[in-house]
Amino acid sequence: MTAIYIMLGLALVLGVLLGFAALLFKVEGDPLIARIDAILPQTQCGQCGYPGCKPYATAIANGEADINQCPPGGDAGVRALAELMGVEYKPLNAEHGAPKPKSVALIDENTCIGCTLCIQACPVDAILGAAKHMHTIIASECTGCELCLVPCPVDCITMQPIAETPDNWKWKYPVIPIKALSSGGVI
Amino acid sequence: MHSIIQFVSRLISSKRIKSGIYPFQGGVHPDGRKEASTASPISRFPIPDKLVLPLRQHVGYIPKIRVQVGDYVLKGQMLAEAEGNVSAAIHAPTSGTISQISEEVIPHPSGLPDMCMTLIPDGKEAWTTLTPIDWRNQPKHQLVSSLRASGIVGLGGATFPTHIKVRADGKSHIHTLVINAAECEPYITCDDMLMRERADEIVKGIEIVQFLLGAERCVIGIEDNKPEAIASMQAACHAMEYLSVKVVPTLYPSGDARRLIHLLLDTEIPHNKRATDVGVQVFNVATVLAIYRYLVFGEPAINRIVTVTGGVNHPKNFEVLFGTPLRTLIDAAGGAKENASHFIMGGPMMGFDLPSIDVPITKAANCIIVATPELFPEPPSALPCIRCTRCADACPVYLQPQELYWFSKSDNFEKARDYNLFDCIECGCCSYVCPSNIPLVQYYRYAKSEIIATDRAKEAANLARERNEFRLSRIEREKLERAQKHAERAAAGKAEAAKAEAVKAEQIPDNSTQKASSTGADDVKKAAIAAAIERAKALKTAAAQSEHAPVNASKEKLEQVAAPAVPPKASDDEKVKQDKQALIAAAIERAKAQKLAANQAGNSPMNTDNVSPAVQAEINEIDAMRAKAKELIDQEKA
Repeated sequence: MTAIYIMLGLALVLGVLLGFAALLFKVEGDPLIARIDAILPQTQCGQCGYPGCKPYATAIANGEADINQCPPGGDAGVRALAELMGVEYKPLNAEHGAPKPKSVALIDENTCIGCTLCIQACPVDAILGAAKHMHTIIASECTGCELCLVPCPVDCITMQPIAETPDNWKWKYPVIPIKALSSGGVI
Repeated sequence: MHSIIQFVSRLISSKRIKSGIYPFQGGVHPDGRKEASTASPISRFPIPDKLVLPLRQHVGYIPKIRVQVGDYVLKGQMLAEAEGNVSAAIHAPTSGTISQISEEVIPHPSGLPDMCMTLIPDGKEAWTTLTPIDWRNQPKHQLVSSLRASGIVGLGGATFPTHIKVRADGKSHIHTLVINAAECEPYITCDDMLMRERADEIVKGIEIVQFLLGAERCVIGIEDNKPEAIASMQAACHAMEYLSVKVVPTLYPSGDARRLIHLLLDTEIPHNKRATDVGVQVFNVATVLAIYRYLVFGEPAINRIVTVTGGVNHPKNFEVLFGTPLRTLIDAAGGAKENASHFIMGGPMMGFDLPSIDVPITKAANCIIVATPELFPEPPSALPCIRCTRCADACPVYLQPQELYWFSKSDNFEKARDYNLFDCIECGCCSYVCPSNIPLVQYYRYAKSEIIATDRAKEAANLARERNEFRLSRIEREKLERAQKHAERAAAGKAEAAKAEAVKAEQIPDNSTQKASSTGADDVKKAAIAAAIERAKALKTAAAQSEHAPVNASKEKLEQVAAPAVPPKASDDEKVKQDKQALIAAAIERAKAQKLAANQAGNSPMNTDNVSPAVQAEINEIDAMRAKAKELIDQEKA
C-alpha cells in the first residue's frame, strides 16, 4: 500500500515538474530554420534562388533546397550546413554563381540621377537618398548583394572589394619561418 | 597524506611571504642584452625635418582631425581630438606647419598605409599656452576629463588610453596601485633609464595617480637586473610609507600586468575578469611620469623615451618626439651597422618587424632593435610537434600551447577558442622553448585574427538580418497603410457623392418638405422610388373610385393623394412605411366617406346647386356617359 502511495506521489510531483518545465522552456517556432539562418551570411542576395536568406533557410529545412546554393557563404558555409543537417558535404553548385571577395557597392555620385530604383532594390536599406537627389551607399551596412546594380538605369553603381586596412588586416598562416625565431623567440 | 601536503604547502608559502614575492608558473630566461643601451644617459637630438603623426597610435577609436593642411600649429597644440570613449588625442610635438594629411606607411605588422598628419617644424619650438592644473584642489572627474585631452596612453606598449584607467566611475574600488617597472623583455631599457634619471618625477606622478584612484597603497615592481634603477627609486620614495619598491626576480614575462600582480600581491585574476575587478590597477612608470608632466606643467604627450639598440653603432636611449622618422633616430644612434637586415619595434619576444625604415616613431614605440644576422640568425626550419609539452610548462597563463597549435594549424578555431586561445598574451615563451622550432605564436595570432574576423562577419550578418527583417515588416506595414488609405479615400468619395445628391434633391422645386438626411444616397433613392410607386397606386385607386365619385371629389382626392407624395423621411424605413400606410388608410377612409355622402345625396353631386347651365350640361353629359358605361358593364356582367 505504501509503495502505491509513494509511486502516486512521485508521479504527481514529476508530473507537476514536467508541466512547469514545459512552460518554462517552451520553444517557439522552428529552431532548425533559425539555426540554418544563423549559418547563412545574410547577404540577402537571392543567388540561391530564394528571395533572401530566411526563405532559403526555410527551404533547406523543408528539404526543398540543397545546402550548396549559397556562394557568399562559401565552402565553409556549405560545410557548416552539412554538419547541421547531417548530410554529406558537396561542393558549391556553380549554377548559383561563384564566391567573390567581399565587396561593397559604390555609387558614382556624378552620374546618379536620383531615380530611387536602387533604394527600392536594396534588401537591407543601405542606400540613402531621395527622388531627384543624389544617392549614396552606407558602406558599413552594405552586404554586397549586388541587387542594386541591375535596376540602375544609368549604371552608376560599381562593386568595390573591401580594401585591407590596419584595422581589418589579419595575421597570415605561418608558412615562412620568422627570422627572429632562433635567437630570442618569435618576433 | 593530506596533512603532509598542507604542511609542505604552508612551509612553502611562509617562505614566499618572507621574501614578499609570489612566483608564477612558467616563464623563460632569455639573454637580457640590456647593457649596451644603458651605458650612456638619455639623449636628445635636433628636431627632424618632418614629423609624421599617424592617427592610429593607440588602442580604440581613431581621433578626429582638428587641423587643416597649411595650418600653423604651436608645440603642444591639439591636432586631433579623442573621439568616442576609448580614444586619445594627438598633439603637435613641435611648432610648425601641417604640410599634408595623407596615407603613409605606419609602424604596424601589416605594413599597410594609414591616415597620418605631416608636420614641417619651423625650429622655433614655440609652445602653445600651457594650463597646469592644481590637481590637489580639483574634483577628480575634472582631472579625468582633462586627462582625456592629454593624449596620454599606456607607454609600456599596450597604448591603452590612460584617462579610462583613472576614471572614477565608482564601479570598483581600487585599493592597490601597481607600478610596472619590471621591463622584462630583452634589449629594452627605456624604463630602466627613466627610473635612474627621473625617479623624483616618477614618484610625484605616482602620488597623483594614487590620489586619482583613491588607492591605499602602491607597489613598484622592478626586476633585479636593474640595480641602479632600484636604488634610485628606493631613494626617491623612502620617505613615503604607503609606497614600496619590490624587487622581483628576472624572469620573462614578469612585466605582464597579471603576472606582476601575481608576483607582488599573490592574486591570480580570473581569466574573464580584469585587474580592477579585484581592486588593483597597473600603470607603467613612463605613463605615470607623463601624467605628472601633463597635470603639473600642462605638457601633453608629445614625446617618449625610445631604446635604440641591436645593430647600431651607439646603442642608446633617446627622448624622441612622436612622429620622428625612424631613419633620423637610427642616424642619431650612430647609424645602423652595414649588415643590418631589418628593424624590430618592441622587444625580440613580442615585437614585430617594421615594414620599412621610413615609418615614424609612435606612442607604442618603446624600443627599436636593428636586427643583424649575428643577433638574429635565420631560424632553423620548424620540425613536427613531438608533444613534449615544454611549451605548456613555459606558458605563464596556464594554457596548453600544443593543443592550441593543433587547433590553429587545422583551422579548428572553435576548439581553439574553447581552449582559451584569447587568454594567450603572445609572450612567445612557448616558441622560445620549443625544441622543434615551431613558430607557435604565429599560429595563435593567425587563429586569433581569423576568429576576430569571423566574429565581425557574424555581427555584420546579424545587423543585415535585423535590417532585412525590419525592411520586410516596413514594406508590409506600408502596404497595409496604403490599403487603408485607399479605403478611406473611397468612403470619403461616396460621402461626397451623397452630399451632392442631397443638395440636388433640395434644389429641385419639389413639394418635398423634409430634407434628405445624410444616411446615404441609396436610402434617398429607394425612398423616392417607393414614393413614386405609392403615388401611382394612389392614382389608380383614385381613378377606380372616381367611377362613382363626382369629378370635383376625384380632383380633391387626387390632390389629397398627391400631397403625401413628398419624399418621406428617409432616415427610417419603418417610419416611412407606417406613414405611407397611414396615408393610404386615410385616403381610403376619405374615399369611403365621400362615397357614402354621394349615396346619401341620391347619386347627385353635392356642389351642383349653383352651377352655370353650361357646366350643368357638361355634368349631364358626363352623367349620361357614366350611365351608359354602367349599363354596358352591367350588361357584360349579366
